[in-house]
Amino acid sequence: MTSANDSLAAEGVHAIWIPLLEMATREVFELMLGCQLAVPETAQETDAEVTAMVGLAGAMCGVLSVRCTGKAAALMASKMLGVEIDKVGADMPDALGEVCNMVAGNFKNKITSLADGCMLSPPTVITGKDYRMHCHADSATLQITLLFESMPIVISLQIQS
Amino acid sequence: MSICALIVDDSSVMRKIVERSLRQAGLDLSKVFEAGNGAEALGVLAGNQVDLILCDINMPVMDGLEFIKQLPGVANAKDVPVVMITTEGSESHVLQALSCGARGYIRKPFTPDQVKEHVVPVLKGKL
Repeated sequence: MTSANDSLAAEGVHAIWIPLLEMATREVFELMLGCQLAVPETAQETDAEVTAMVGLAGAMCGVLSVRCTGKAAALMASKMLGVEIDKVGADMPDALGEVCNMVAGNFKNKITSLADGCMLSPPTVITGKDYRMHCHADSATLQITLLFESMPIVISLQIQS
Repeated sequence: MSICALIVDDSSVMRKIVERSLRQAGLDLSKVFEAGNGAEALGVLAGNQVDLILCDINMPVMDGLEFIKQLPGVANAKDVPVVMITTEGSESHVLQALSCGARGYIRKPFTPDQVKEHVVPVLKGKL
């Protein structure tokens, strides 16, 4: 059986980082949210309403983003804080930003050349769908989609040489 | 014995998670102060005595390494153990933090057991 992640938009030599990106994401969700992520069996449409981004600079420059629905982001915050989902409120963007920050940090720590030579920016969180992100012309993108409580989350790493 | 802790992180969610992890580790917390960066933490320490400091590295205004470099000059921070909790997990970051005075280092993501493993030893004599 092939999964949706077999058709990742990976480019060039960076494609070998995809398993590391997936592992880094899974570890964050297992350790900090106490849940397992699943690989979707079919391509998933993600009507993402919330996007968290962390910049990387140094040995590699780029942007790591986590996109999901508002409901998924609120559930993440609920699990991280140990409170009911309707009590999450203003903590939702902060929680998704921290998830993105931990995925970025955990990912770069798995690559020797990046662990020391790459700095992370504080996370930025965008709420809403109507935006377009413009990156440097030569950027490559690694992208994976995983299911969090049956809801798709999209993790993208846009790499600028 | 109960412990008074200072948690320094620019994420309020992460500060709550760290506090919950300390309680899950079995620590009896009498009081928990929070600060969003190193400068705020120095402000807390100007008027309060704590038994333990848990500190992120990447923060705006004053980062965690600069904060712990300034602790020797803070009367209320004398002999207070500092444990870093951060996404910066490379060996050089760990060595840099330890050389600045940190007594422990926890990488995010973490479990409550990892918090216990790193925090309890530095509190010997206070528990």
